[in-house]
Amino acid sequence: MKRVAVLEYGMGNVRSMFNALEKLAAAPTLTADADKLSGFDAIVLPGVGAFGQGMENLRARGLDAAIVDCAKAGMPILGVCLGMQMLLETSTEFGAHEGLGLVPGGVEKLAPASARLPHIGWNTVLEPHPGRWPGTPLRAYAGEEVYFIHSFAAVPANAQHVLAEAEYDGVRFCAAIGRENIVGMQFHPEKSRAGGLSLLGAFLEL
Amino acid sequence: MRRPRIIARLDIKNEHVIKGIQLEGLRKIGEPNAMAVGYYSDGADELLFMDAVASLYERNGVLEIVEGACRDVFVPITVGGGIRSVQDIEAALRAGADKVAINTAAFRSATLIDTAARYFGSQCIVGSVEAKKRDGHWEAFTETGRQETGVDAVEWARRLEAQGAGEIMVTSIDRDGTKKGYDIELLRQVRDAVSIPVIGSGGAGSAAHVAAAFSETDADGLAVATALHYGKTTIRDIKNLIHGAAA
Repeated sequence: MKRVAVLEYGMGNVRSMFNALEKLAAAPTLTADADKLSGFDAIVLPGVGAFGQGMENLRARGLDAAIVDCAKAGMPILGVCLGMQMLLETSTEFGAHEGLGLVPGGVEKLAPASARLPHIGWNTVLEPHPGRWPGTPLRAYAGEEVYFIHSFAAVPANAQHVLAEAEYDGVRFCAAIGRENIVGMQFHPEKSRAGGLSLLGAFLEL
Repeated sequence: MRRPRIIARLDIKNEHVIKGIQLEGLRKIGEPNAMAVGYYSDGADELLFMDAVASLYERNGVLEIVEGACRDVFVPITVGGGIRSVQDIEAALRAGADKVAINTAAFRSATLIDTAARYFGSQCIVGSVEAKKRDGHWEAFTETGRQETGVDAVEWARRLEAQGAGEIMVTSIDRDGTKKGYDIELLRQVRDAVSIPVIGSGGAGSAAHVAAAFSETDADGLAVATALHYGKTTIRDIKNLIHGAAA
């Protein structure tokens, strides 16, 4: 059974992620203990809210350095929503902020032509180019709609790190990132019915 | 192709799902968790638990219900009714809610939504407007439709957006439970007044009502209660009708 640390650092609902992982027969633990992270098989960094506050909360618990150490040691790391955005280097949400820097690039506000922000709702995701998904959690994707709730999106510096894209009001944005053992999903797999759970399940097999 | 989120609304009182007409004359409908799982399985895009008596922390209160529901329901959950403070929001999120709907407390405290949005993010805060028609305009009500405010409902929606709400849910008290269809004009005016997503609530009696509200107001989400609870339609039928029309 995979022992998964679900980081609880004061940024929104972590209960659903915990429940989803349990449903997938993993052994999740809600934790904010930086010293214990290296003892897990994988880390899930959930979170909603503002980027600056999220990073501040991680730093206050020493989790920023611990996550980077685990990532460098090869442990599978999954960031979801804000948790994905914090994997990048910078964000422009309410001023300039520094992220964990595990994937080069930044986070910028969506720029839909006429539709509303936040982008809240269900949407399908696209493979950036054929052959991108095998060997990644997206290999389990079968075309289902997944749930998004965000106003900002990742802009990886390196196109190779874009794992999935989605379209909102005619504008394409990065819906998932992947760099070896590091994965980010802008949508909420834990809130996206059976299709979302199967993506989480595929992450657990990394 | 844009489609509205179809939101199953479960009004809760004393551990039961209840439903009345115009927020009054509440009748027991069923057991919350079983109904939540049923609507989830049928394809609901979100669930909304509205606590009719603000019993947040009580035994069998709404937070306990949410805690149970989100073990089996993997779509977003919103909790409303009785959210009065940042601590309440935190408790709701810890129980498994993704968003909270705030009405009365925002009237009492001009800073609650602002503070909460800074801390939890705007996407977490649904500004709830309960509106009753009054000669030519709509007035905002609080306390589940019992307390008039003297404030124009459309103006109130605008203020909730300015305070930092990430979306607005507007409930027509006049239409609630009547199965006469949504108050299209109210929805349209609120949607024109704000630039964040708007959810319509109150009045759905059939799939056609939901489809009509979407095509006539472009609402981002539509909440359905009575029509589902009394088997007048199903989530699947509503979606088929809207998707068929949009295709």
